[in-house]
Amino acid sequence: MTFKMVVENPGFLTTVQDLGRYGYQQFGMPVAGAMDDYALQAANLLVGNPRGEAGLEITYSGFSTRFEGRGRVAVTGADLGAKLNGRPLEPWQSVVVEDGDMIVFTAVKKGCRAYMALEGGVSVPEVMGSKSTYIKAEIGGYNGRKLVKGDVLESGDKGHINFEGSIRVPDEFLPQYSGDVNVRLVMGPQDDCFPPEEIEKFLNSKYAVTNQCDRMGYRLEGPAIKHSSGPDIISDGIALGAIQVPGHGRPIIMMRDRQTTGGYTKIANVISVDIPLLAQLKPGDRVSFTRVSVEEAQALFREREELLKRLEDYLRSKDKFFNYCVKIRDREFRISVQRLL
Amino acid sequence: MCQNARYFPAGDSALIMELGNEISPAINSRIREIAYMLENENIKGIVETVPTYRSIMVVYDPMLLDYSSLIERLKYLESQRGKTDIPPAMVTEIPTVYGGEYGPDIEFVASHNGVTVEDVVQIHCSTNYLIYMLGFTPGFPYLGGMSERIAAPRLEVPRERITAGSVGIAGKQTGIYPINSPGGWRIIGRTPLKLFDPGRKEPVLLKAGNYIRFVPVEVEEFKRIEAEVEESRYCARTYPLEEGEDDDF
Repeated sequence: MTFKMVVENPGFLTTVQDLGRYGYQQFGMPVAGAMDDYALQAANLLVGNPRGEAGLEITYSGFSTRFEGRGRVAVTGADLGAKLNGRPLEPWQSVVVEDGDMIVFTAVKKGCRAYMALEGGVSVPEVMGSKSTYIKAEIGGYNGRKLVKGDVLESGDKGHINFEGSIRVPDEFLPQYSGDVNVRLVMGPQDDCFPPEEIEKFLNSKYAVTNQCDRMGYRLEGPAIKHSSGPDIISDGIALGAIQVPGHGRPIIMMRDRQTTGGYTKIANVISVDIPLLAQLKPGDRVSFTRVSVEEAQALFREREELLKRLEDYLRSKDKFFNYCVKIRDREFRISVQRLL
Repeated sequence: MCQNARYFPAGDSALIMELGNEISPAINSRIREIAYMLENENIKGIVETVPTYRSIMVVYDPMLLDYSSLIERLKYLESQRGKTDIPPAMVTEIPTVYGGEYGPDIEFVASHNGVTVEDVVQIHCSTNYLIYMLGFTPGFPYLGGMSERIAAPRLEVPRERITAGSVGIAGKQTGIYPINSPGGWRIIGRTPLKLFDPGRKEPVLLKAGNYIRFVPVEVEEFKRIEAEVEESRYCARTYPLEEGEDDDF
């Protein structure tokens, strides 16, 4: 069975995203994909989808949608004050919506990007192997663009696990979003273009996210980093999380919609597991950096992959929690019930 | 020229294999050779590669490959250079209407260089252009080898919309716009070929390391090809680059 969602208000920016479009960077096609890939994967698991299925990336506030038919949805990522029929919707939890139900995102409380997964996925065609929207080339997602009022998205109907009740991501798996983050990075590929004292300055400073921050990248404000000899290189590839330092010396972190190649020196690269923390930063938020080795970064990557597998096993196991709403003398209580062996 | 590659991390899921520090056909042909070997080697864990002027970015999955073992594999490939038969680079013909409404700036390019419009066309279409890399927008080729005799400055005020397929000149560079976009290049012609078509089996027509050659066509021919491209019936003409043909750089 599929169900539909009708966009009543698209909010600031809402797009369909999966884990990205790989295999075409050599042709100049950006990867795109969910900015907070951890939150998207968790949302999918909560509704029984494969981790890499597409969901909605909802940025800032204002998005609202009405459902036609009955189905399971889950909202993860930022706390954007989501309400289901006027009542607070618990984040990082699956919920069954009925025909006519409304979900409205009312406020930016913590982070700035929420993810909504639909049971069975989002039924949009894959373009070049991915459902991710890349707005500049008008491809992927829903007709290659951000959602607008009146758009109707249908859920997919295959490849997911059906289950009863509602499940929630246990606390141990919840990320700690903050407006003041320290992210880890691997130095290079062009850190040799900076004198040691400038690298120390970079690692010991706090930077503020400017208004120029979007899916392509974040321009930062803070101490300028000087180059040993010139800011330009002959163009080479740009990986996710690369930190470019152009002539003015202020770093730019390259995110999901980054161009594939560029000619600015890259001092370092934010490690994969810390990208979700960056994804939730807003203008004015602050970021600082800690250096780690490639080996440490890869060990952390494998740790997170194991965490996601544990979460997957947990959510698919029979010991999950069932949440109920109980009314006693007009007062509502939420209770979680776990099936024990 | 035969210095060993240098390796740099680009985070935990990519590395840069740097083959030189200049824009030269020799470095580009080494990159093409290694890219070809990598494609054939099919190393488990390599997600994709991004060849550029002087380097290859190798994107990989740290669950399947770690940094130092990947470098070992790449160093081994380097040591095998010259032992594999690399097929010759291919030349793709780009049918192009020059001038008129399709190339509004061709008169400027001619007068700027003190030559005739016919000279511009003749000079522009008499060279094989090396595709150093693709980027900027999906399918945009960075080309080398244009004659300075038709070089021209960019527009002072960029146009808001340049039609996909437009062929332009900026400084000593020439290029083709793959999608409708704003741009400041001097437009001298247009090709009916689609450099980028997400619905096609091979969405991008060109590949780094290969060459293109502009072939002048009349408007009728342009329209005929355009219709065939629209119906996915047109197959761009390609042929191997002959030995020594790229020696004029």
